[in-house]
Amino acid sequence: MTSDKNGRSQSKAEWIKNTYSRQKERKKSYQSISFREQQALFTAEDLAGFDAGAKLGFPGEYPFTRGVHPTMYRGKLWTMRQFAGFGSPKDTNQRFKYLLEHGQTGLSVAFDMPSLMGYDPDHAMSRGEVGREGVNVATLDDMLELFDGIDLEQVTVSMTINATSTIAMALYFAAARRRNLAMDKLGGTIQNDMLKEFIAQKEWISPPRPSVKLTCDIVEFCARNAARFNPVSISGYHIREAGATAVQELAFTLADGLAYIDECLSRGMAVDEFAPRLSFFFDVHNDFFEEIAKFRAARRIWATLLKERYGAKLESSMRLRTHAQTAGVSLTAQQPTNNVARVAIQALAAVLGGVQSLHTNAMDETLSLPTEHAAKVALRTQQIIAEETGVANVVDPLGGSYYLEKLTDEIEAEALEYIHKIDALGGMLKAVETGYPQKEISEAAYRFQNRFDSGENAIVGVNSYYDDEVHEIATLEVDLAIEATQIEKVKAFRQRRDEKKVTAARAELERACREGRNVMPSLIEAVDVGVTLGEVSDIYRSIFGIYTDPGMV
Amino acid sequence: MKGKQKAPIRVLIGKAGLDGHDRGAKVIARALRDAGMEVIYTGLHQTPEMIVRTALQEDVQCVGLSILSGAHMTIFPELIKLLKEKEASDIVVFGGGIIPKSDIVKLKELGVREIFPPGSKTADIISWIESNVVHR
Repeated sequence: MTSDKNGRSQSKAEWIKNTYSRQKERKKSYQSISFREQQALFTAEDLAGFDAGAKLGFPGEYPFTRGVHPTMYRGKLWTMRQFAGFGSPKDTNQRFKYLLEHGQTGLSVAFDMPSLMGYDPDHAMSRGEVGREGVNVATLDDMLELFDGIDLEQVTVSMTINATSTIAMALYFAAARRRNLAMDKLGGTIQNDMLKEFIAQKEWISPPRPSVKLTCDIVEFCARNAARFNPVSISGYHIREAGATAVQELAFTLADGLAYIDECLSRGMAVDEFAPRLSFFFDVHNDFFEEIAKFRAARRIWATLLKERYGAKLESSMRLRTHAQTAGVSLTAQQPTNNVARVAIQALAAVLGGVQSLHTNAMDETLSLPTEHAAKVALRTQQIIAEETGVANVVDPLGGSYYLEKLTDEIEAEALEYIHKIDALGGMLKAVETGYPQKEISEAAYRFQNRFDSGENAIVGVNSYYDDEVHEIATLEVDLAIEATQIEKVKAFRQRRDEKKVTAARAELERACREGRNVMPSLIEAVDVGVTLGEVSDIYRSIFGIYTDPGMV
Repeated sequence: MKGKQKAPIRVLIGKAGLDGHDRGAKVIARALRDAGMEVIYTGLHQTPEMIVRTALQEDVQCVGLSILSGAHMTIFPELIKLLKEKEASDIVVFGGGIIPKSDIVKLKELGVREIFPPGSKTADIISWIESNVVHR
């Protein structure tokens, strides 16, 4: 084939041969941040045989590639949900009120390490960590103080907590009961995704099997008692931050979700009973189109698996609803104000990818927890995207792009390949026990570091365009005295409670654990009479065992 | 201090406290190993006592701690104190993680020899270790 009489190419191959190959490129190869080789151009030829009806459908309809809602952001903007927490429950309560006053539409609690790992503030393992990375919550009093004066029937609350999620959930429900709020009126999300803890985030108490049991205790309990609450947020964020590629993030996250479905089905639940409330949480990284394609592929794979593998009948079971957070790992300590630009671009990708809620990182998060000012700029970034750019006016505005549809297909195919590999290993729980996903992520992280060291992956202000100018910005100082205050509080709390009731409640919880019953009913009663987070965790340690890091490099 | 290198440098890479962020620690451990050093990685959730015990048992010249949980002002001073008590202050201590500049100054005064912030190149860490440990 040759070009037509006007000298125009008739095919992509011809264009490359006649036109493009005569040009010079800047680099030898063009790779995405996930090591994907990128060609120069996509045309209709790349989508030959593409069945738009089957692959895309319409927004709000199966397979939901173009979005889970028909109106998307014309009906309702995404929820702007900034993750916050530090110091005492009172400190965080004040930050929550500040964020709500500035137009934030949902709350998201960051807990400190002792709360996440199951230690009361006066435990030796809590030394130096109380209130530093999030808020310290060990008792019902702490939970009540955290949400004091906040209308829990109006605001949805997200809690990022996993190994101790059953305890946080019980504290939340018990606190709501004290305020005369009905469980089935409470809307929110608890992260409660233990598989990704073993894969990436590494916050645990007991080994994978009992941990997955506890995760599914919440799923089961909420399906029957708190139908508006998302009992799990199946999370790729931490997997990606630990070094995974976009495809690994997607595949491992969906495979985690499948493992929870399998566990719930084995308890005799029907898929449509709990699947509509499974929610997701993905990272949104620097490679703009790859990220958008990832969200679209995620929805299509999930819908297809739910329908075809699990025979779901409800469309709500097939809808992948997701929260997203901009990539913390992409932020730089050097020239930190540059992070505002990174976050804006990543947030734009999340919106074009059709997410339901979004956290934008603050510019100072590689230095410390965010200051009030930095947190406000991050929130304003979302408001600018929503109100000024026009991208919220059209549903899935990039749908049909040769490049994006091709990329969505490729990411879908590669993720499915991983999912099938994990199926062959016996599912994600078994794969995690053998360390398979952990190893894959370590490899990718090392590969990324090597590309950074060699300069192939540019990071502006770090390995390119760096300067010696001092770029100081204000950072948040968390008062070290908070540790002592929280220790005194928990000690006084234990003094005040009715020991008889506490002993009985602990014994009943232990029985529930030993008998393999759902722990939630007895746990809510236990925390209500004053059993602390550390004490419940000790029960888990003694009955379910203690997990220690295999320390693989 | 640069002498004739007889034996490979022995390094302990540690994760202390409840912090679970191990990406950096694992990448560094692997890079140091690829650079010919003998690397012991403690795994997560160690106490300063456990780290010092391992450092002495493994006879390392250098201990690197990665801390992203904000507990650096508690963990590093304890580690330095324990090393002093065991008369092992010749072991070079360095670190990395989310550590504000003002704290870096304080940590250096306490005896932490260097802090590598996010965005450090592994090659820089390798050459820093090579020129700062006492070679055997």
